[in-house]
Amino acid sequence: MTWIDLAVDTGTVNGKYWIFALGMKVMLGGLSFLKREVYRLKQISGNKLLVRALKEEGVDTIFGYPGACTIDISDELYKQDDIRIILPRHEQALVHEADAYARTTGGKVGVCLVTSGPGATNLVTGLATANYDSVPLVCFTGQVARPLIGNDAFQEVDIVGITRSITKYGVIVRNREDLGRIIKEAFYIARTGRPGPVLIDLPKDVMAELGSADYPDTVNIRGYKPNTNVHMGQLKRALKMLKKAKKPLFLAGGGVNIARANEVFTEVVEKTEVPVVTTIMGRGAVPTDHPLYIGNLGMHGAYASNMAVSECDLLFSIGTRFNDRITGKLHEFAPNAQIVHIDIDTASISRNIHVDVPIVADALEAVTKMNEYVEHCETKKWRKQIAEWKEEHPLTMKNRVDMGPQDIIEEINRQFDNAIIATDVGQHQMFTTQYIEITKNKQLITSGGLGTMGYGFPAAIGAKLGNPDKDVIAISGDGGMQMNIQEFATAVLEELPLILCVFNNEYLGMVRQWQKLFYGKRYSMTNLKSGALFRRTNGQEMPEYTPDFVKLAESYGAKGIRVMKKEDIAAAFEEAKKNTKTPTLIEFVINPEELVYPMVQPGGTLEDLIMDC
Amino acid sequence: MDNNMKKRWISLYVENQVGVLSKISGLFSGKCYNLDSLTVGTTEDPTVSRMTIATVSDDETFEQIKKQLNRMIEVIKVIDFTDVFVRMKEILYVKVLKCTPEDKVEIFQIAETFKAKVIDYGKDSLLVEFVQTATKNDAVVKLMKEEFKSIEVVRGGSVGIESISMMER
Repeated sequence: MTWIDLAVDTGTVNGKYWIFALGMKVMLGGLSFLKREVYRLKQISGNKLLVRALKEEGVDTIFGYPGACTIDISDELYKQDDIRIILPRHEQALVHEADAYARTTGGKVGVCLVTSGPGATNLVTGLATANYDSVPLVCFTGQVARPLIGNDAFQEVDIVGITRSITKYGVIVRNREDLGRIIKEAFYIARTGRPGPVLIDLPKDVMAELGSADYPDTVNIRGYKPNTNVHMGQLKRALKMLKKAKKPLFLAGGGVNIARANEVFTEVVEKTEVPVVTTIMGRGAVPTDHPLYIGNLGMHGAYASNMAVSECDLLFSIGTRFNDRITGKLHEFAPNAQIVHIDIDTASISRNIHVDVPIVADALEAVTKMNEYVEHCETKKWRKQIAEWKEEHPLTMKNRVDMGPQDIIEEINRQFDNAIIATDVGQHQMFTTQYIEITKNKQLITSGGLGTMGYGFPAAIGAKLGNPDKDVIAISGDGGMQMNIQEFATAVLEELPLILCVFNNEYLGMVRQWQKLFYGKRYSMTNLKSGALFRRTNGQEMPEYTPDFVKLAESYGAKGIRVMKKEDIAAAFEEAKKNTKTPTLIEFVINPEELVYPMVQPGGTLEDLIMDC
Repeated sequence: MDNNMKKRWISLYVENQVGVLSKISGLFSGKCYNLDSLTVGTTEDPTVSRMTIATVSDDETFEQIKKQLNRMIEVIKVIDFTDVFVRMKEILYVKVLKCTPEDKVEIFQIAETFKAKVIDYGKDSLLVEFVQTATKNDAVVKLMKEEFKSIEVVRGGSVGIESISMMER
């Protein structure tokens, strides 16, 4: 006898109704159980959502270094093939690689994934570098689980706090349900407006938690509405001034390159026949072989450029923040000029110098609008004056017996026309920005704002990963090269045929230059051969230079070439080009007495130039 | 740079999130801006906080401060209170200790003059509450410090809101 029969037999309830009710209840219960189960099954962990989000954002490459707090994310990434994972040898190099990847792929966001604590703190220099040069990055840092935060747990740091002033935006994800929105916002913030690095701190338990699998399609941040339109009234006013000016001058900064406004800008320049100077970040805004291009301005700018700025009556500047390295003495910068300034960042306008016509706009938008309205300007006399300055003090370090930096860079100009040139920081960087030709298919990347030594080599790696069809050349000094030299392993394993030019002058050359010119030749802390022997013998004896860069390259499985003479430069590059599977390091042995000229006296005006001596 | 140095007020709508206060104050310390006082509290919308910031700066620096605040992602709106009519008050508590009976009489007189309230009373101490402009509070603190042997002071920082009718401070 079943229990149902029993119930009917006892007659306490209407049998049929009872069975019906019971059936319904079981069915409904089952349904809601199923619903819950389906919902539960549809939920995914934060780790999974992160990988999904990366795909939705079109990320094809991430730069990652693992650790305890991100091991679950690494595991999720292991299960997919759409995103390439690059494993550098140090987090500082990692972030530079992502930075260069973003700079050279025209609008892609560089993505970093590092663990908590030291993994995160190693990002600091790279974040500041990217922040100053307006590079879109999204950096994910692991964080200890929420209950451990604040306990001085193993590998816990407040990375959002540490990086607050060197990121565009930083946030810790406190709740699993916010994760999708935060990632969406991060990518949006990084790539819009004035681009910049965004940091997202991911506590381990938040990432393990199940939650909605949805990744939002839209972004709405009430405090962040990047300006895209150009104020036409202001722009027309500026163009009227341009037309009226007798000695007008364009000043193009990195903003022109970031907005990819180069080609339209070149059209504007040609229509108006107004000459152009650039900052080092703006190099390439017009092709450097263009007849209307004068050169870089600033501390190591060309004589003609600095004179043109000092003498012009209208300085039409786009995408620059008038950094102290380009202005020299502030109060005497462009003393005769009215200044127009177009910038996407309101805070960059009228900060360092007084601006007569401020225009907040994206450089590409503004230049495109300019292209519609500009008229030809009468600048013949003014251009003749500039040509005279150029002739008076041309930018050159020719007539040297020894192999000079100019010889090497000019050989690069001759041999490579589809290339990315990445520099480190120091004398070689200034030589490069002076002599490298940046034409249509070439790009220069350099740490212009922060001046980060150790940037060049990893930057070349990032650039090559993003541009396998281009030649990528790193130009570095012997000091900067050693700041991220471990990346040889990354470059060799990724089979990247980079060409690494090391200008070895056995000194930290830029500081030495200052010591030579302004500190009575007291070469304190700049001699890279000094050490115990140097001290013991009172500077009389010095050991061989270490490391032997050629052997070092070879030990990593890369190719090493040493060049001592001018005549061997061309052959070295030819040989490097034949090496298509591994990097080639070319060590150029340079005389430390080669200084960067011209040079603005520290604290001087742009006209206070020390010329070659 | 010293010309046009004066006290200025900003009212700020910000996201009510952890870390925002630190980001705002970090901006002032990181860029060497003077920060005279800062008050913060939530608004009718619990996701939004409103700050009143007082700073002493020249025109150029003040322009920069506003721009830098504006470009922060978490800042929703920046209102410059320098040239608008606002209602602005600060709360100030002064506890006077070791009072003689004559002191007490004087404190009541001060309170009456400044429309303050004596809100607590002990054998030889009094607690006075002032709600007035920060400038007036400055004067009160100065006066009370001179008049009495031992005082203890706490101030709330100015809070301000735009007037409906034209009315200053």
